[in-house]
Amino acid sequence: MDSGEKKPAPDLSIDVGLVEQLLVHFLREEISSAGFSRAVLGVSGGIDSAVVAALAARALGEKNVLGVLIPYRESNPESEAHGRLLCESIRIPHARVDISAMADGYLAQVPAADRLRRGNVLARCRMIVLYDHAAAERALVLGTSNKTELLLGYTTQFGDSASALNPIGDLYKNQIYQLARHLGVPSPLIEKAPSADLFAGQTDEGELGFTYEMADRLLYLLVDERYSEEDLVRAGFEREFVRKIVGRIAATQFKRVPPIIAKLSHRTVNQDFRYLRDWGR
Amino acid sequence: MDCRVTLAQINPTLGNLERNFELHTAEIEAAKRAGSRMVLFPELSLSGYFLKDQTSEIALRLDAPLLARLAERSREISIAAGFVERSPEGRLYNSIGFFEDGALVHVHRKVHLVTYGMFDEQREFAAGDRFVAFHSKLGRFGFLICEDLWHVSSAYPYFLADVDALLVHSCAPGRGVAEEDGELSSQRVWQTLLTAQALTTQTWVVWTNRVGWEDGIFFSGGSRVIDPFGRVKAQLGGLETGRLDVDLSSRDMERARLMTPLRRDAKPWLLEQSLVRFRTQN
Repeated sequence: MDSGEKKPAPDLSIDVGLVEQLLVHFLREEISSAGFSRAVLGVSGGIDSAVVAALAARALGEKNVLGVLIPYRESNPESEAHGRLLCESIRIPHARVDISAMADGYLAQVPAADRLRRGNVLARCRMIVLYDHAAAERALVLGTSNKTELLLGYTTQFGDSASALNPIGDLYKNQIYQLARHLGVPSPLIEKAPSADLFAGQTDEGELGFTYEMADRLLYLLVDERYSEEDLVRAGFEREFVRKIVGRIAATQFKRVPPIIAKLSHRTVNQDFRYLRDWGR
Repeated sequence: MDCRVTLAQINPTLGNLERNFELHTAEIEAAKRAGSRMVLFPELSLSGYFLKDQTSEIALRLDAPLLARLAERSREISIAAGFVERSPEGRLYNSIGFFEDGALVHVHRKVHLVTYGMFDEQREFAAGDRFVAFHSKLGRFGFLICEDLWHVSSAYPYFLADVDALLVHSCAPGRGVAEEDGELSSQRVWQTLLTAQALTTQTWVVWTNRVGWEDGIFFSGGSRVIDPFGRVKAQLGGLETGRLDVDLSSRDMERARLMTPLRRDAKPWLLEQSLVRFRTQN
């Protein structure tokens, strides 16, 4: 049956109106079923947190969503400016917590820490700030990792990946852009190059070594459409790129699962003690 | 079989039998007020769906007080509701019960348990082993639970038994948001399957699906009634709870069967021969 023809690029177009409806319902119901009515999230000035904030404002009401700007002294000032612009445009309250003293208090003790370690420390400091604000606000922390980042493991474990619930974790980066335009996210946030802003001049694509556009297409075919390596090569991807991505997914699986527990008893948490979070409502 | 039926598209609370019973009671009362003779609830309507280890904890024997209380409410209106059944041998089944005139009169145990992708039913449940049509004072019916509908062999016994309606109950998760589909692609597939069954069995097809979320998985509602010509008679939306009152008429069924006499021309013995050959060859 295989004609040997190169398959067309997959169409990742989503029905943005339908997705908005579903995610608004998701936030409303999963937050209320946990006994909450409010949410907090880190607003980075990027597109992912902008989309989550806009969805949360629609789901819970603007007053029930707190955007937290969490700059470090080396952060690009544009990130904070874009974060403010976002909060103002969707009319959610925001707080600002500078983590320079907090992070430097620790980093001064580990002068040998390289860029990766320092970036992880910043991401985990932000997590502490968000969870503390959630406790103060009686709110849940919303996650802002998209499907591309989750699959590539391009997240800090227990840092930016930490959340109570994540509305956009099943949307590829390309689909986040579609949703952002639909939700009216301010254009400067949509047009700039995606960056984790963990060090000066960082861009996601520069650090990853490939474009989101290529990664999204490959991941969609691999994960959603269950293409094999051979199918992907036949579809026009270079074998080396395919192997790089597949290897990266497997190597970062630890970031996508809860910690593993040594089984000793007859019934072990997460192994054969199995309940949903929504248990006992 | 001319009667009004009510599809109760509810959002049960996971594992909370008592709260869900109250929800059923409210829907039953509303259906009675609407003049319905039968009210239908989704798959596992009394328990919720992704029960995992809760499955055995909330299982009900057929003589359980909760089911007796539900039966009590069926004196003025027939009721189809879903629950985890614990058999006398201790097996657990994903069951739908039909309650009428104060008694539980028929139980269908889901035959085709889904165990792939996000589903793990064979871990929790034993499989039913039959499709038996049953008589109600309202007509003759056959139950299908969710995946049962996907297997072409499931509805055929009901076709042969001359049922008036296929009663399909599900907890169908919504998925597939591609722009080109114009709706959830999973809902499009359900519509196709339901229509095909209505056309090939020439019966009413009544699909009661639930709504709501369980740990990030969304049940996509869209409960609907398909007439014996394969047309959507009425349907609910996909996001909200709701009630749908629909009048089923036997005259529509007679006309469909007159215009396309599939029943007259059916040759079930060919299937029988094929099955005998299949059995001896495998």
